[in-house]
Amino acid sequence: MNALAKSCLDIRDLSAVLPNGLRVLRSVSLSVQPGEVRALVGESGAGKTMIGKAVLGVLPPSVRIVEGDMLLEGEDLGKLQPKARRTLIGARTALIPQDPLTALNPSRRIGPQMTDRLVRILGWSGEKADTRIRQLLDEVQIRDPERVLKCYPHELSGGMRQRVLIAAAFAAEPRLIVADEPTTALDVTVQKQILRLIAQLQREHGTAILFVTHDLGVVAKISQKVSVLYAGKVVEEAETAALFAAPQHPYTRALMAATPRYTDPLASLKPVDEAVLAGLAAEIAAADQAWRHPHG
Amino acid sequence: MDEARISRHGSRARLWLAGGWLLIALLAAIFAPLVAPQDPLAQDLMLERLPPFWLSGAEPGYWLGTDSLGRDLLSRLIFGARIAFIVAFAAALAACLVGSTLGLIAGYFGGFADRIISRIVDVWMAFPPVLFAILLVAVLGTGLSSVIIAIAVIDWTRFCRVIRAETMGQSRMDYVENARIAGYGRIGIMLREVLPNVVPSIVALLSLEMGIAVIVEAILSFVNLSISTDDPTWGGIIAEGRLSIHQAWWVLVFPLVTLILTVLSFSQFGEGLRARFDPVLR
Repeated sequence: MNALAKSCLDIRDLSAVLPNGLRVLRSVSLSVQPGEVRALVGESGAGKTMIGKAVLGVLPPSVRIVEGDMLLEGEDLGKLQPKARRTLIGARTALIPQDPLTALNPSRRIGPQMTDRLVRILGWSGEKADTRIRQLLDEVQIRDPERVLKCYPHELSGGMRQRVLIAAAFAAEPRLIVADEPTTALDVTVQKQILRLIAQLQREHGTAILFVTHDLGVVAKISQKVSVLYAGKVVEEAETAALFAAPQHPYTRALMAATPRYTDPLASLKPVDEAVLAGLAAEIAAADQAWRHPHG
Repeated sequence: MDEARISRHGSRARLWLAGGWLLIALLAAIFAPLVAPQDPLAQDLMLERLPPFWLSGAEPGYWLGTDSLGRDLLSRLIFGARIAFIVAFAAALAACLVGSTLGLIAGYFGGFADRIISRIVDVWMAFPPVLFAILLVAVLGTGLSSVIIAIAVIDWTRFCRVIRAETMGQSRMDYVENARIAGYGRIGIMLREVLPNVVPSIVALLSLEMGIAVIVEAILSFVNLSISTDDPTWGGIIAEGRLSIHQAWWVLVFPLVTLILTVLSFSQFGEGLRARFDPVLR
Protein backbone atom coordinates (compact mmCIF):
# COMPACT_ATOMS: atom_id res chain seq x y z
CA MET A 1 0.00 0.00 0.00
CA ASN A 2 1.23 3.46 -0.78
CA ALA A 3 0.78 6.46 1.46
CA LEU A 4 -2.29 7.73 -0.35
CA ALA A 5 -4.24 4.51 0.04
CA LYS A 6 -3.95 4.90 3.76
CA SER A 7 -5.85 8.17 3.98
CA CYS A 8 -9.34 7.87 5.24
CA LEU A 9 -10.69 10.15 2.58
CA ASP A 10 -8.97 11.42 -0.49
CA ILE A 11 -10.63 13.86 -2.84
CA ARG A 12 -8.69 14.66 -6.00
CA ASP A 13 -9.56 17.41 -8.44
CA LEU A 14 -13.27 17.09 -7.81
CA SER A 15 -15.39 19.30 -10.08
CA ALA A 16 -19.16 19.40 -10.11
CA VAL A 17 -21.48 21.44 -12.31
CA LEU A 18 -25.07 22.62 -12.30
CA PRO A 19 -27.27 21.98 -15.34
CA ASN A 20 -26.46 25.49 -16.59
CA GLY A 21 -22.76 24.63 -16.69
CA LEU A 22 -21.78 26.63 -13.64
CA ARG A 23 -19.07 24.92 -11.64
CA VAL A 24 -20.05 24.59 -7.99
CA LEU A 25 -16.93 22.65 -7.06
CA ARG A 26 -13.73 23.77 -8.74
CA SER A 27 -11.07 21.04 -8.78
CA VAL A 28 -11.29 20.45 -5.06
CA SER A 29 -8.54 18.34 -3.57
CA LEU A 30 -8.33 17.44 0.06
CA SER A 31 -7.55 14.49 2.22
CA VAL A 32 -8.51 13.40 5.70
CA GLN A 33 -6.13 11.09 7.51
CA PRO A 34 -7.48 8.43 9.88
CA GLY A 35 -8.44 9.94 13.21
CA GLU A 36 -7.95 13.47 11.98
CA VAL A 37 -10.39 16.37 12.01
CA ARG A 38 -10.32 18.36 8.81
CA ALA A 39 -12.29 21.60 8.91
CA LEU A 40 -13.87 22.99 5.81
CA VAL A 41 -14.58 26.69 6.17
CA GLY A 42 -16.06 29.26 3.90
CA GLU A 43 -19.04 31.56 3.65
CA SER A 44 -22.47 30.25 2.71
CA GLY A 45 -22.61 29.08 -0.87
CA ALA A 46 -18.92 28.28 -0.95
CA GLY A 47 -19.68 24.62 -1.58
CA LYS A 48 -18.61 23.19 1.75
CA THR A 49 -21.83 21.27 2.30
CA MET A 50 -21.68 20.16 -1.34
CA ILE A 51 -18.35 18.44 -0.71
CA GLY A 52 -19.82 16.59 2.26
CA LYS A 53 -22.81 15.50 0.19
CA ALA A 54 -20.61 14.39 -2.67
CA VAL A 55 -18.63 12.15 -0.33
CA LEU A 56 -21.79 10.66 1.15
CA GLY A 57 -23.37 10.18 -2.27
CA VAL A 58 -26.38 12.39 -1.64
CA LEU A 59 -25.78 15.28 -4.01
CA PRO A 60 -28.98 16.85 -5.30
CA PRO A 61 -29.95 15.33 -8.66
CA SER A 62 -29.19 18.58 -10.46
CA VAL A 63 -25.53 18.59 -9.43
CA ARG A 64 -23.30 16.42 -11.58
CA ILE A 65 -19.74 15.40 -10.85
CA VAL A 66 -17.77 15.92 -14.05
CA GLU A 67 -14.25 15.22 -12.95
CA GLY A 68 -12.16 13.91 -10.12
CA ASP A 69 -11.97 10.97 -7.78
CA MET A 70 -13.12 10.30 -4.27
CA LEU A 71 -11.32 7.56 -2.41
CA LEU A 72 -12.78 6.24 0.80
CA GLU A 73 -10.05 4.25 2.56
CA GLY A 74 -8.40 3.68 -0.78
CA GLU A 75 -11.56 2.53 -2.56
CA ASP A 76 -12.48 4.65 -5.53
CA LEU A 77 -16.15 5.51 -5.03
CA GLY A 78 -16.56 6.45 -8.68
CA LYS A 79 -15.49 2.98 -9.84
CA LEU A 80 -17.93 1.07 -7.66
CA GLN A 81 -21.37 -0.09 -8.72
CA PRO A 82 -24.10 2.04 -7.14
CA LYS A 83 -25.15 -0.75 -4.82
CA ALA A 84 -21.62 -1.52 -3.65
CA ARG A 85 -20.98 2.19 -3.22
CA ARG A 86 -24.08 2.58 -1.04
CA THR A 87 -23.02 -0.35 1.12
CA LEU A 88 -19.50 0.99 1.50
CA ILE A 89 -20.66 4.50 2.35
CA GLY A 90 -23.29 3.13 4.73
CA ALA A 91 -20.79 0.99 6.59
CA ARG A 92 -17.86 3.39 6.79
CA THR A 93 -19.36 6.85 7.03
CA ALA A 94 -22.00 8.74 8.95
CA LEU A 95 -23.42 12.22 9.03
CA ILE A 96 -23.96 14.58 11.90
CA PRO A 97 -26.49 16.88 10.27
CA GLN A 98 -26.98 20.58 10.51
CA ASP A 99 -30.58 20.58 11.65
CA PRO A 100 -31.42 18.05 14.35
CA LEU A 101 -35.10 18.95 14.05
CA THR A 102 -35.61 17.29 10.68
CA ALA A 103 -32.88 14.68 10.80
CA LEU A 104 -34.88 12.26 12.91
CA ASN A 105 -37.98 10.57 11.58
CA PRO A 106 -40.88 12.24 13.43
CA SER A 107 -43.11 9.18 13.39
CA ARG A 108 -40.68 6.69 14.91
CA ARG A 109 -39.47 6.36 18.45
CA ILE A 110 -35.79 7.10 19.08
CA GLY A 111 -34.87 3.56 20.13
CA PRO A 112 -36.00 1.61 17.06
CA GLN A 113 -34.82 4.42 14.86
CA MET A 114 -31.28 4.11 16.22
CA THR A 115 -31.04 0.33 16.36
CA ASP A 116 -32.73 -0.22 13.01
CA ARG A 117 -29.70 0.86 11.06
CA LEU A 118 -27.31 -1.38 12.98
CA VAL A 119 -29.61 -4.37 12.59
CA ARG A 120 -30.69 -3.92 9.01
CA ILE A 121 -27.61 -2.46 7.38
CA LEU A 122 -24.82 -3.97 9.43
CA GLY A 123 -26.62 -7.19 10.29
CA TRP A 124 -26.15 -6.95 14.05
CA SER A 125 -28.40 -8.85 16.42
CA GLY A 126 -31.12 -6.77 18.06
CA GLU A 127 -29.59 -7.32 21.46
CA LYS A 128 -26.12 -6.25 20.38
CA ALA A 129 -27.54 -3.13 18.72
CA ASP A 130 -29.51 -2.31 21.82
CA THR A 131 -26.50 -2.60 24.11
CA ARG A 132 -24.45 -0.53 21.72
CA ILE A 133 -27.03 2.25 21.55
CA ARG A 134 -27.28 2.44 25.32
CA GLN A 135 -23.52 2.62 25.59
CA LEU A 136 -23.43 5.48 23.08
CA LEU A 137 -26.26 7.37 24.77
CA ASP A 138 -24.21 7.14 27.93
CA GLU A 139 -21.18 8.49 26.09
CA VAL A 140 -23.15 11.51 24.86
CA GLN A 141 -24.20 12.06 28.47
CA ILE A 142 -27.87 11.32 28.16
CA ARG A 143 -28.82 10.59 31.74
CA ASP A 144 -32.09 8.71 31.28
CA PRO A 145 -31.65 6.53 28.20
CA GLU A 146 -34.77 4.50 29.02
CA ARG A 147 -37.01 7.53 28.63
CA VAL A 148 -35.18 8.91 25.60
CA LEU A 149 -35.35 5.62 23.73
CA LYS A 150 -39.11 5.59 24.12
CA CYS A 151 -39.54 9.22 23.05
CA TYR A 152 -40.64 10.56 19.73
CA PRO A 153 -38.19 13.12 18.33
CA HIS A 154 -40.49 16.09 18.97
CA GLU A 155 -40.52 15.26 22.66
CA LEU A 156 -36.81 16.09 22.93
CA SER A 157 -35.05 19.44 22.87
CA GLY A 158 -32.79 20.42 19.99
CA GLY A 159 -29.66 19.75 22.05
CA MET A 160 -30.95 16.32 23.09
CA ARG A 161 -31.77 15.46 19.51
CA GLN A 162 -28.31 16.46 18.39
CA ARG A 163 -26.87 14.23 21.13
CA VAL A 164 -28.99 11.37 19.86
CA LEU A 165 -27.77 12.01 16.33
CA ILE A 166 -24.16 12.12 17.46
CA ALA A 167 -24.65 8.84 19.29
CA ALA A 168 -26.26 7.36 16.19
CA ALA A 169 -23.39 8.58 14.00
CA PHE A 170 -20.73 6.99 16.20
CA ALA A 171 -22.72 3.83 16.94
CA ALA A 172 -21.70 1.91 13.84
CA GLU A 173 -18.01 2.83 14.33
CA PRO A 174 -17.65 4.61 11.00
CA ARG A 175 -14.17 5.54 9.80
CA LEU A 176 -15.32 8.96 8.62
CA ILE A 177 -18.00 11.28 9.91
CA VAL A 178 -19.16 14.27 7.98
CA ALA A 179 -20.29 16.91 10.44
CA ASP A 180 -22.28 19.50 8.52
CA GLU A 181 -22.42 22.62 10.68
CA PRO A 182 -23.61 20.47 13.58
CA THR A 183 -23.96 23.39 15.98
CA THR A 184 -25.49 26.13 13.83
CA ALA A 185 -29.11 25.27 14.54
CA LEU A 186 -28.56 25.11 18.29
CA ASP A 187 -28.64 27.58 21.14
CA VAL A 188 -25.33 29.29 21.83
CA THR A 189 -25.16 27.70 25.26
CA VAL A 190 -25.75 24.23 23.86
CA GLN A 191 -23.34 24.72 20.96
CA LYS A 192 -20.33 24.55 23.24
CA GLN A 193 -21.43 21.34 24.93
CA ILE A 194 -22.18 19.66 21.63
CA LEU A 195 -18.85 20.70 20.19
CA ARG A 196 -17.02 19.39 23.24
CA LEU A 197 -18.96 16.16 22.95
CA ILE A 198 -18.06 15.66 19.30
CA ALA A 199 -14.40 16.37 20.05
CA GLN A 200 -14.41 13.93 22.95
CA LEU A 201 -16.08 11.09 21.05
CA GLN A 202 -13.81 11.74 18.08
CA ARG A 203 -10.74 11.30 20.29
CA GLU A 204 -12.05 8.23 22.05
CA HIS A 205 -13.20 6.46 18.91
CA GLY A 206 -10.38 7.70 16.67
CA THR A 207 -12.85 8.65 13.97
CA ALA A 208 -11.83 10.97 11.18
CA ILE A 209 -14.16 13.95 10.77
CA LEU A 210 -14.78 16.25 7.87
CA PHE A 211 -16.07 19.22 9.78
CA VAL A 212 -18.04 21.71 7.74
CA THR A 213 -18.46 25.11 9.36
CA HIS A 214 -18.39 28.83 8.75
CA ASP A 215 -17.18 29.56 12.25
CA LEU A 216 -13.43 30.06 12.59
CA GLY A 217 -13.74 29.86 16.35
CA VAL A 218 -15.05 26.31 15.98
CA VAL A 219 -12.25 25.51 13.53
CA ALA A 220 -9.63 26.56 16.03
CA LYS A 221 -11.18 24.45 18.77
CA ILE A 222 -11.78 21.20 16.98
CA SER A 223 -9.64 20.68 13.91
CA GLN A 224 -6.05 19.75 13.10
CA LYS A 225 -6.20 20.79 9.45
CA VAL A 226 -8.22 23.38 7.57
CA SER A 227 -9.28 23.93 4.00
CA VAL A 228 -10.59 27.40 3.24
CA LEU A 229 -13.17 27.38 0.50
CA TYR A 230 -14.38 30.19 -1.72
CA ALA A 231 -16.82 29.69 -4.61
CA GLY A 232 -16.15 25.96 -4.63
CA LYS A 233 -12.38 26.36 -4.77
CA VAL A 234 -9.90 25.58 -2.03
CA VAL A 235 -8.00 28.85 -1.67
CA GLU A 236 -5.85 27.83 1.26
CA GLU A 237 -5.04 24.65 3.07
CA ALA A 238 -2.92 24.32 6.19
CA GLU A 239 -2.50 22.88 9.64
CA THR A 240 -4.94 24.68 11.89
CA ALA A 241 -2.28 26.13 14.16
CA ALA A 242 -0.22 27.33 11.21
CA LEU A 243 -3.24 28.87 9.55
CA PHE A 244 -4.15 30.90 12.60
CA ALA A 245 -0.54 31.89 13.22
CA ALA A 246 0.14 32.98 9.65
CA PRO A 247 -2.75 32.97 7.20
CA GLN A 248 -1.30 33.07 3.69
CA HIS A 249 -4.26 33.92 1.48
CA PRO A 250 -5.73 37.44 1.66
CA TYR A 251 -9.22 35.91 1.85
CA THR A 252 -8.30 33.87 4.92
CA ARG A 253 -6.91 36.98 6.54
CA ALA A 254 -10.10 38.86 5.69
CA LEU A 255 -12.23 36.06 7.16
CA MET A 256 -10.24 36.20 10.37
CA ALA A 257 -10.65 39.93 10.53
CA ALA A 258 -14.38 39.47 10.09
CA THR A 259 -14.69 37.21 13.13
CA PRO A 260 -16.28 39.10 16.02
CA ARG A 261 -14.27 39.37 19.21
CA TYR A 262 -15.66 39.82 22.70
CA THR A 263 -13.11 42.46 23.57
CA ASP A 264 -14.13 44.82 20.81
CA PRO A 265 -17.35 43.52 19.33
CA LEU A 266 -18.25 46.32 16.95
CA ALA A 267 -14.87 47.46 15.69
CA SER A 268 -13.84 44.04 14.48
CA LEU A 269 -16.92 43.31 12.35
CA LYS A 270 -15.30 44.08 9.05
CA PRO A 271 -16.77 42.89 5.79
CA VAL A 272 -14.37 41.26 3.36
CA ASP A 273 -12.43 43.93 1.51
CA GLU A 274 -13.35 44.87 -2.07
CA ALA A 275 -9.78 44.36 -3.25
CA VAL A 276 -9.73 40.86 -1.76
CA LEU A 277 -12.97 39.97 -3.55
CA ALA A 278 -11.61 41.30 -6.84
CA GLY A 279 -8.49 39.20 -6.36
CA LEU A 280 -10.64 36.14 -5.65
CA ALA A 281 -12.77 36.74 -8.73
CA ALA A 282 -9.64 36.92 -10.87
CA GLU A 283 -8.29 33.76 -9.27
CA ILE A 284 -11.56 31.89 -9.93
CA ALA A 285 -11.67 33.13 -13.52
CA ALA A 286 -8.10 32.00 -14.10
CA ALA A 287 -8.86 28.60 -12.60
CA ASP A 288 -11.93 28.19 -14.81
CA GLN A 289 -9.90 29.20 -17.86
CA ALA A 290 -7.24 26.65 -17.08
CA TRP A 291 -9.87 24.00 -16.37
CA ARG A 292 -11.87 24.55 -19.55
CA HIS A 293 -8.83 24.66 -21.75
CA PRO A 294 -7.73 21.02 -21.64
CA HIS A 295 -11.34 19.83 -21.60
CA GLY A 296 -12.54 21.90 -24.51
CA MET B 1 -50.26 25.26 26.56
CA ASP B 2 -53.86 26.23 27.33
CA GLU B 3 -54.61 26.53 23.68
CA ALA B 4 -53.14 23.11 23.08
CA ARG B 5 -55.28 21.67 25.85
CA ILE B 6 -58.43 23.29 24.47
CA SER B 7 -57.76 22.09 20.95
CA ARG B 8 -56.98 18.61 22.23
CA HIS B 9 -60.23 18.70 24.20
CA GLY B 10 -62.08 19.91 21.13
CA SER B 11 -60.60 17.24 18.94
CA ARG B 12 -61.52 14.55 21.46
CA ALA B 13 -65.15 15.71 21.67
CA ARG B 14 -65.28 15.87 17.90
CA LEU B 15 -63.90 12.37 17.59
CA TRP B 16 -66.44 10.97 20.06
CA LEU B 17 -69.49 12.77 18.69
CA ALA B 18 -68.69 11.96 15.08
CA GLY B 19 -67.60 8.43 15.92
CA GLY B 20 -70.75 7.91 17.98
CA TRP B 21 -73.07 8.87 15.17
CA LEU B 22 -71.15 6.76 12.67
CA LEU B 23 -71.21 3.77 15.02
CA ILE B 24 -74.97 4.06 15.52
CA ALA B 25 -75.56 4.38 11.79
CA LEU B 26 -73.19 1.51 11.04
CA LEU B 27 -74.79 -0.82 13.60
CA ALA B 28 -78.24 0.07 12.31
CA ALA B 29 -77.07 -0.71 8.79
CA ILE B 30 -75.55 -4.06 9.74
CA PHE B 31 -78.51 -5.20 11.81
CA ALA B 32 -81.13 -3.51 9.65
CA PRO B 33 -83.55 -6.47 9.51
CA LEU B 34 -83.52 -6.66 13.34
CA VAL B 35 -83.61 -2.96 14.06
CA ALA B 36 -86.03 -1.67 11.46
CA PRO B 37 -89.54 -1.50 12.92
CA GLN B 38 -91.28 -2.23 9.61
CA ASP B 39 -90.59 -3.80 6.25
CA PRO B 40 -89.04 -0.94 4.25
CA LEU B 41 -90.79 -2.02 1.08
CA ALA B 42 -94.25 -2.78 2.48
CA GLN B 43 -96.78 -0.39 1.02
CA ASP B 44 -100.04 0.38 2.74
CA LEU B 45 -102.21 3.03 1.23
CA MET B 46 -104.22 3.24 4.44
CA LEU B 47 -101.10 4.53 6.18
CA GLU B 48 -99.88 7.01 3.57
CA ARG B 49 -98.15 10.23 4.66
CA LEU B 50 -98.31 9.57 8.38
CA PRO B 51 -96.50 12.35 10.27
CA PRO B 52 -93.59 11.72 12.68
CA PHE B 53 -94.43 10.57 16.19
CA TRP B 54 -94.74 13.93 17.95
CA LEU B 55 -97.41 15.28 15.58
CA SER B 56 -101.08 14.49 15.83
CA GLY B 57 -102.21 11.70 13.55
CA ALA B 58 -99.05 9.68 14.06
CA GLU B 59 -99.30 5.89 14.37
CA PRO B 60 -97.20 4.01 16.92
CA GLY B 61 -94.49 1.95 15.24
CA TYR B 62 -94.01 4.54 12.47
CA TRP B 63 -91.63 6.83 14.36
CA LEU B 64 -90.63 9.13 11.56
CA GLY B 65 -93.86 8.81 9.60
CA THR B 66 -94.51 7.28 6.21
CA ASP B 67 -94.18 8.34 2.58
CA SER B 68 -96.92 8.70 -0.01
CA LEU B 69 -97.04 4.95 -0.52
CA GLY B 70 -97.36 4.29 3.18
CA ARG B 71 -93.85 2.89 3.62
CA ASP B 72 -92.15 3.44 6.99
CA LEU B 73 -89.58 6.22 6.67
CA LEU B 74 -87.32 5.12 9.56
CA SER B 75 -87.05 1.59 8.19
CA ARG B 76 -86.25 2.93 4.75
CA LEU B 77 -83.53 5.17 6.20
CA ILE B 78 -82.04 2.24 8.09
CA PHE B 79 -81.96 0.03 5.03
CA GLY B 80 -80.65 2.95 2.99
CA ALA B 81 -77.75 3.20 5.43
CA ARG B 82 -76.61 -0.26 4.29
CA ILE B 83 -76.07 0.92 0.76
CA ALA B 84 -74.58 4.22 1.91
CA PHE B 85 -71.99 2.46 4.08
CA ILE B 86 -71.11 -0.24 1.57
CA VAL B 87 -70.50 2.44 -1.05
CA ALA B 88 -68.63 4.65 1.41
CA PHE B 89 -66.21 1.94 2.51
CA ALA B 90 -65.65 0.19 -0.79
CA ALA B 91 -65.36 3.27 -2.98
CA ALA B 92 -63.23 5.26 -0.54
CA LEU B 93 -60.87 2.33 0.03
CA ALA B 94 -60.44 1.72 -3.67
CA ALA B 95 -59.85 5.41 -4.39
CA CYS B 96 -57.43 5.60 -1.46
CA LEU B 97 -55.44 2.58 -2.53
CA VAL B 98 -54.97 3.74 -6.10
CA GLY B 99 -54.52 7.43 -5.34
CA SER B 100 -52.19 7.06 -2.37
CA THR B 101 -49.94 4.58 -4.14
CA LEU B 102 -49.57 6.79 -7.19
CA GLY B 103 -49.19 9.90 -5.02
CA LEU B 104 -46.46 8.26 -2.97
CA ILE B 105 -44.59 7.20 -6.09
CA ALA B 106 -44.93 10.60 -7.76
CA GLY B 107 -43.92 12.48 -4.64
CA TYR B 108 -41.02 10.27 -3.67
CA PHE B 109 -39.40 9.47 -7.00
CA GLY B 110 -40.25 12.76 -8.70
CA GLY B 111 -38.88 13.27 -12.19
CA PHE B 112 -40.43 11.24 -14.96
CA ALA B 113 -42.86 9.25 -12.80
CA ASP B 114 -44.10 12.46 -11.22
CA ARG B 115 -44.58 14.19 -14.56
CA ILE B 116 -46.64 11.34 -15.98
CA ILE B 117 -48.81 10.88 -12.90
CA SER B 118 -49.35 14.60 -12.37
CA ARG B 119 -50.41 15.14 -15.97
CA ILE B 120 -52.93 12.30 -15.72
CA VAL B 121 -54.31 13.84 -12.53
CA ASP B 122 -54.56 17.27 -14.16
CA VAL B 123 -56.51 15.91 -17.09
CA TRP B 124 -58.67 13.77 -14.80
CA MET B 125 -59.59 16.68 -12.58
CA ALA B 126 -60.67 18.76 -15.55
CA PHE B 127 -63.80 16.58 -15.86
CA PRO B 128 -66.74 17.84 -13.78
CA PRO B 129 -66.99 15.06 -11.18
CA VAL B 130 -70.77 14.62 -10.97
CA LEU B 131 -71.24 14.56 -14.73
CA PHE B 132 -68.31 12.18 -14.96
CA ALA B 133 -69.98 9.90 -12.43
CA ILE B 134 -73.31 9.98 -14.26
CA LEU B 135 -71.54 9.24 -17.51
CA LEU B 136 -69.61 6.35 -16.00
CA VAL B 137 -72.70 4.77 -14.45
CA ALA B 138 -74.53 5.21 -17.73
CA VAL B 139 -71.72 3.31 -19.45
CA LEU B 140 -71.21 0.66 -16.75
CA GLY B 141 -74.92 0.20 -16.12
CA THR B 142 -76.66 0.83 -12.82
CA GLY B 143 -75.93 -1.32 -9.82
CA LEU B 144 -73.93 -1.22 -6.62
CA SER B 145 -70.58 -2.19 -8.13
CA SER B 146 -70.91 0.39 -10.91
CA VAL B 147 -71.50 3.13 -8.36
CA ILE B 148 -68.47 2.03 -6.36
CA ILE B 149 -66.26 1.84 -9.43
CA ALA B 150 -67.46 5.22 -10.67
CA ILE B 151 -66.67 6.94 -7.38
CA ALA B 152 -63.25 5.30 -7.10
CA VAL B 153 -62.38 6.15 -10.69
CA ILE B 154 -63.28 9.79 -10.14
CA ASP B 155 -61.91 10.41 -6.69
CA TRP B 156 -58.50 8.71 -6.63
CA THR B 157 -57.06 12.02 -7.87
CA ARG B 158 -57.91 13.68 -4.56
CA PHE B 159 -55.68 11.22 -2.71
CA CYS B 160 -53.02 11.40 -5.37
CA ARG B 161 -52.68 15.18 -5.18
CA VAL B 162 -52.56 15.46 -1.42
CA ILE B 163 -50.34 12.46 -0.81
CA ARG B 164 -47.95 13.53 -3.54
CA ALA B 165 -47.50 16.96 -1.98
CA GLU B 166 -47.15 15.50 1.49
CA THR B 167 -44.63 12.92 0.31
CA MET B 168 -42.58 15.55 -1.48
CA GLY B 169 -42.36 17.57 1.70
CA GLN B 170 -41.32 14.56 3.75
CA SER B 171 -38.80 13.38 1.16
CA ARG B 172 -36.89 16.62 1.45
CA MET B 173 -36.40 16.12 5.17
CA ASP B 174 -32.93 15.32 6.42
CA TYR B 175 -34.02 12.03 7.92
CA VAL B 176 -34.63 10.69 4.43
CA GLU B 177 -31.15 11.77 3.36
CA ASN B 178 -29.77 10.18 6.51
CA ALA B 179 -31.42 6.91 5.60
CA ARG B 180 -29.87 7.14 2.13
CA ILE B 181 -26.44 7.61 3.67
CA ALA B 182 -27.00 4.66 5.99
CA GLY B 183 -27.52 2.54 2.88
CA TYR B 184 -31.25 1.88 2.76
CA GLY B 185 -32.75 1.25 -0.65
CA ARG B 186 -35.08 3.77 -2.24
CA ILE B 187 -38.22 1.67 -1.96
CA GLY B 188 -37.38 0.68 1.59
CA ILE B 189 -37.05 4.36 2.53
CA MET B 190 -40.31 5.19 0.80
CA LEU B 191 -42.22 2.50 2.66
CA ARG B 192 -40.49 2.53 6.03
CA GLU B 193 -39.50 6.15 6.54
CA VAL B 194 -41.81 8.29 4.44
CA LEU B 195 -45.08 6.35 4.40
CA PRO B 196 -45.61 6.36 8.20
CA ASN B 197 -45.36 10.14 8.13
CA VAL B 198 -48.01 10.35 5.44
CA VAL B 199 -50.44 7.93 7.09
CA PRO B 200 -52.19 10.58 9.22
CA SER B 201 -53.10 12.45 6.05
CA ILE B 202 -54.25 9.26 4.37
CA VAL B 203 -56.51 8.43 7.30
CA ALA B 204 -58.04 11.90 7.38
CA LEU B 205 -58.58 11.87 3.63
CA LEU B 206 -60.04 8.39 3.72
CA SER B 207 -62.67 9.42 6.21
CA LEU B 208 -63.42 12.58 4.26
CA GLU B 209 -63.70 10.55 1.11
CA MET B 210 -66.23 8.22 2.72
CA GLY B 211 -68.43 11.23 3.33
CA ILE B 212 -67.98 12.34 -0.26
CA ALA B 213 -68.83 8.85 -1.49
CA VAL B 214 -72.05 8.97 0.53
CA ILE B 215 -72.96 12.26 -1.13
CA VAL B 216 -72.10 11.06 -4.64
CA GLU B 217 -74.12 7.90 -4.08
CA ALA B 218 -77.05 10.04 -2.91
CA ILE B 219 -76.73 12.24 -6.00
CA LEU B 220 -76.68 9.22 -8.27
CA SER B 221 -79.72 7.69 -6.63
CA PHE B 222 -81.43 11.08 -6.65
CA VAL B 223 -81.21 11.05 -10.44
CA ASN B 224 -82.15 7.38 -10.37
CA LEU B 225 -78.78 6.16 -11.60
CA SER B 226 -77.63 4.26 -8.57
CA ILE B 227 -78.98 0.81 -7.88
CA SER B 228 -82.30 -0.81 -8.63
CA THR B 229 -85.19 1.42 -7.63
CA ASP B 230 -86.60 -1.18 -5.28
CA ASP B 231 -83.89 -0.87 -2.67
CA PRO B 232 -84.24 2.20 -0.52
CA THR B 233 -81.36 4.65 -0.81
CA TRP B 234 -81.01 8.00 0.90
CA GLY B 235 -80.81 9.79 -2.41
CA GLY B 236 -83.86 7.95 -3.68
CA ILE B 237 -85.87 8.82 -0.60
CA ILE B 238 -84.87 12.47 -0.97
CA ALA B 239 -86.03 12.39 -4.59
CA GLU B 240 -89.41 10.99 -3.53
CA GLY B 241 -89.64 13.46 -0.67
CA ARG B 242 -89.08 16.35 -3.04
CA LEU B 243 -92.29 15.42 -4.88
CA SER B 244 -94.44 15.47 -1.77
CA ILE B 245 -92.75 18.29 0.11
CA HIS B 246 -95.98 20.24 0.61
CA GLN B 247 -97.95 17.26 1.90
CA ALA B 248 -95.22 15.43 3.85
CA TRP B 249 -92.09 17.52 4.53
CA TRP B 250 -90.62 14.79 6.73
CA VAL B 251 -89.97 12.50 3.81
CA LEU B 252 -87.50 15.10 2.50
CA VAL B 253 -86.15 16.46 5.78
CA PHE B 254 -85.21 13.27 7.65
CA PRO B 255 -83.07 11.71 4.92
CA LEU B 256 -81.42 15.08 4.37
CA VAL B 257 -80.59 15.42 8.05
CA THR B 258 -79.30 11.85 8.14
CA LEU B 259 -77.15 12.50 5.10
CA ILE B 260 -75.72 15.74 6.44
CA LEU B 261 -74.98 14.25 9.86
CA THR B 262 -73.24 11.28 8.29
CA VAL B 263 -71.11 13.28 5.89
CA LEU B 264 -70.19 15.78 8.58
CA SER B 265 -69.32 12.96 10.96
CA PHE B 266 -67.03 11.34 8.42
CA SER B 267 -65.04 14.51 7.90
CA GLN B 268 -64.86 15.34 11.61
CA PHE B 269 -63.94 11.79 12.47
CA GLY B 270 -61.09 11.97 9.98
CA GLU B 271 -59.75 15.18 11.49
CA GLY B 272 -60.01 13.72 14.96
CA LEU B 273 -58.19 10.57 13.91
CA ARG B 274 -55.44 12.57 12.25
CA ALA B 275 -54.84 14.43 15.48
CA ARG B 276 -54.66 11.07 17.24
CA PHE B 277 -52.35 9.44 14.73
CA ASP B 278 -49.92 12.26 14.22
CA PRO B 279 -47.17 12.05 16.83
CA VAL B 280 -46.39 15.73 16.39
CA LEU B 281 -49.95 16.91 16.92
CA ARG B 282 -50.62 14.41 19.67
